[in-house]
Amino acid sequence: MELFDVFLLEAAINGVLLGGILALLALGLNLIFGVIDVVWICYAELVMVDMYAVYYLHTVFGWPLPVAFALCLALGALMGALLHQLVIRPVLAAEPINQLLVTGGVLFFLQGAATLGFGIEFKNLGIQLPLIAVGEINVSFARLIAFAVALAAMLGLYLFLKRTYLGTAIRAISQDRAIMPLMGVNPNRIFLFTSALGGLLAGLAACLLVLQYDIHPAIGLSFGPITFLVCVLGGLGNMIGGFVAAFIFAQFISVGGYFFHLEWGYVLAFLFFIAVMFWRPRGLTGGKS
Amino acid sequence: LRQALAWIGIAALLAVPLTGIGNYPLHLIIMCLLWGFTYTSWAIMGRLGMVSLGHGAFFAIGAYVAVMGWNHFGLSPWIGIALALALTAVVACMIGYPCFRLKIVGHYFALVTLALSEIARMIIVALRDVTGGSLGVTPNTALADRTGSIVALQFSSKLTWFYIVLAVWLTGLWVWTRVDRSMTRLALEAISQEEDAAAAVGMSVTRLKLGVTILSALLTCIGGVLYAQYQLYVNPETVSGIGVSLQMVFGALAGGMFVRLGPTLGAAFTLLLAELLRLVWGHAIHGLDTAIYGLMLVLFIIFMPQGILGGALQAWGQRTKPLLREAS
Repeated sequence: MELFDVFLLEAAINGVLLGGILALLALGLNLIFGVIDVVWICYAELVMVDMYAVYYLHTVFGWPLPVAFALCLALGALMGALLHQLVIRPVLAAEPINQLLVTGGVLFFLQGAATLGFGIEFKNLGIQLPLIAVGEINVSFARLIAFAVALAAMLGLYLFLKRTYLGTAIRAISQDRAIMPLMGVNPNRIFLFTSALGGLLAGLAACLLVLQYDIHPAIGLSFGPITFLVCVLGGLGNMIGGFVAAFIFAQFISVGGYFFHLEWGYVLAFLFFIAVMFWRPRGLTGGKS
Repeated sequence: LRQALAWIGIAALLAVPLTGIGNYPLHLIIMCLLWGFTYTSWAIMGRLGMVSLGHGAFFAIGAYVAVMGWNHFGLSPWIGIALALALTAVVACMIGYPCFRLKIVGHYFALVTLALSEIARMIIVALRDVTGGSLGVTPNTALADRTGSIVALQFSSKLTWFYIVLAVWLTGLWVWTRVDRSMTRLALEAISQEEDAAAAVGMSVTRLKLGVTILSALLTCIGGVLYAQYQLYVNPETVSGIGVSLQMVFGALAGGMFVRLGPTLGAAFTLLLAELLRLVWGHAIHGLDTAIYGLMLVLFIIFMPQGILGGALQAWGQRTKPLLREAS
């Protein structure tokens, strides 16, 4: 019985660490939704491209890892800005669902382009970070780093939004898109900046994920849907809600996967998601309808 | 004149196999009609403002229930169809009723239904002992004897399949037309524009939406059954999950989901694009078709939101169905 509990505890701890990554992914998506009112269905594909960037810079061209990470962040920001400028902006006035679908086109494009450019083989950095043993519990160091960085990033974003002038402008725009232009704020510049910031967060998530997972063109599909569900569960655009939801979701996957198979963990999490949607359609923190 | 044209079109399609085209073109036509039928099924509700990303689940139910019943219990897929339809109706109600009751619309509806299609995929993978998991599954063959092949809904002749799929596709178009001319469509269009106002004038929003959702789901499920029986191979990635769900949405969107033949044209367009690229560049280059496809979708949504056929009809100066609503 003793052993049983140790493994359960390990699953729970891994769930918390997984929650950190999910929370970081959800953060970027929520930021964009909250400010621009658009869901980037292709968010996970941006992460995928960033992961390839790290792989090529580090493993193929032999650049040091920190430089590769920095460039990956820059690339993420650039892609976010480009995505907004080229794809989202022309359909901003169209029906909201068109904005969701247009990024779905980008999803296929990036996936196809990655297959074309990088091949379908699994790639990895070949870096094996050690496992840390605490008593009988093994914790992956890579996951621990990811968790810490994700927390730091969230804190940083929170301070940025609360304490800086630009952050205040972003929050103002997210509260009322129509009135802010009258107050002398240029919404397009704010949107562009927010998109770049969202892309940067995708780049950050890529840096953390690339330490743990193999890269392949379809990797976006394996964590993309979960990220959307985390965001919806927390209430789209609600960053605190997304943060809480990420940890709940991760526990379902990790502990549920421990009791049954990993896939059943996902099934449980998704069923839980649908149940919550019927109980609180605007997300956990959104109150009842 | 329109009716005459339609009959000529049907007659021409019926005569297609008589021209003695090879198996490969016939296969392409069958796939176009099959996917065209599925996209049309999706568009029946999609055009009314309910963008579902969950139709992969219904497609998967059709494909897997029929094959599983046959492989494990020796149930004829004909019975499998009935079971699959029943299950689809139940699932569609379970997801639809609360959604419409609680006014989950737009982004939220798309993402809730997305969860549904992912659940379907995960369950198929998780039940790998029964379903074969990600490797997919092949129905036990019954092609050897004639009666067996009818019971098992397996035919080696592409000709048979062509006529079956053609009939189903025409039925799909007929359902579309019936919905298109009904009061229900007008009611649902009103609902999709202003739900509260529609409810205020006495429309039972939940019932109308649920009805058209179940209809659309059932047709999609039939598409799934036919796909599995025709291909004689299913796997969770190609019949369920976010991939096939998005494929349906985009096929309908590319062709034009507000006109009757739009989704079919979308299916033909995407299929021929993929085949053409494969013929030109061969198997060596993976992903080029997906990349071009994605790029074209982006361009379509930005520059031609009514799709190819919708845009063409509009340019022709004909009276088309109401175009995309103004942003609310």
